[in-house]
Amino acid sequence: MHNFEFVKPASVAEAVKALSAGGAQALSGGQTLMPTMKQRLAAPDVLVSLTGIAEMQGVSGRAGASVTIGAATTHATVAREAAAFYPALAALAGGIGDPAVRNRGTIGGSLANNDPAACYPSAVLASGATIVTNAREIAADDYFQGLFSTALDEGEIITKVVFPIPQKAAYVKFNQPASRFALTGVFVAKFADGVRVAVTGASNDGVFRWTEAEAALSADFRPEAVAGLTADAGAMIGDLHGTPEYRAALVRVLTGRAVAAA
Amino acid sequence: MTKVSMTVNGKAVSGEVEGRTLLVQFLRENLGLTGTHVGCDTSQCGACVVHVDGKAVKSCTTFALDVAGASVKTIEGMANADGSLSVIQQSFQDHHGLQCGFCTPGMVMSAAALLADNPRPTEAEVRHGLEGNICRCTGYHNIVKAVMAASGQTVAAE
Repeated sequence: MHNFEFVKPASVAEAVKALSAGGAQALSGGQTLMPTMKQRLAAPDVLVSLTGIAEMQGVSGRAGASVTIGAATTHATVAREAAAFYPALAALAGGIGDPAVRNRGTIGGSLANNDPAACYPSAVLASGATIVTNAREIAADDYFQGLFSTALDEGEIITKVVFPIPQKAAYVKFNQPASRFALTGVFVAKFADGVRVAVTGASNDGVFRWTEAEAALSADFRPEAVAGLTADAGAMIGDLHGTPEYRAALVRVLTGRAVAAA
Repeated sequence: MTKVSMTVNGKAVSGEVEGRTLLVQFLRENLGLTGTHVGCDTSQCGACVVHVDGKAVKSCTTFALDVAGASVKTIEGMANADGSLSVIQQSFQDHHGLQCGFCTPGMVMSAAALLADNPRPTEAEVRHGLEGNICRCTGYHNIVKAVMAASGQTVAAE
């Protein structure tokens, strides 16, 4: 790993200032960025740690309405503290990586990176959550822009994420056995005005909404409602772990399982 | 170089590190605490697990400067004050929970964190809790037995 200057600001304002320097990169839990730097696929001049900023920590909420999660909150803390407000979200956080990874990795880091096989993007998109940054609020539908691409501007920091709480929800993933990333994962959320279905791990364009399933489930919220649908394999990832057709089949099956579990 | 200070196994320590210095490098190279191992160096294998403020983390995927001021516990801090093995360590010995021993420091630290959260886990919970620790000797059955026994539960005899 190339060396860099390490800074650890105590406020969002200081972090924004530090990130305005040339070659600066934000660091949250580092569970993706550090392996990337070890491979020299990233070599920032300045690393700005976001783990010492109190205003970016913690879980708060109003039962049945919304839950707000500070962007530097670890997966382990979300798994523990969001359970009372949004059990499906807490369960998703508790299934990321392994316990030691969950003690460092953060929701904001996951969303800023937008790995096509990460779990959190599916929860954010299916819930219609709002990404709050130092500069603005971004709707989930506008935020995800393809593999490792987001609506974030250079130097913009996610400070918190606000999730509306659905009536029913569940996340079901099929683990890649070695990495524990989602080979395919589906988050289903049923709101008073309809159902949203978000799929991660399957598409060449990253997380996406499966609109056919949303229409079917909004009319009839039962696993049988999606049993006859076919997800479009044309846009799916094909690699040594599975063909596009295999992933398309997983999308249908996991959607049904998520509905059953919700 | 920047000075970093933290508490390791109850003692105040400090040293000069670079931005890129990993916590595991600080422990092994600055402090000489070589009980914490580097296996994969990619946060997969768990040989480097230590506790930072009571939580299990992979010290190969944590910068030393990011945990400045923290309280760190390593395998060297696990034995009892009189030098005898802790319950978990003794249980690994009793149940042959190690073969080559390379993964053992991380296994013990992950097991200790698991039992602190969940004092009487089921076998399935132990396996799930040790998901981030890989044993290349594949001695998992005895490791799980050792953790179950350390939690005070009866396990099948050898």
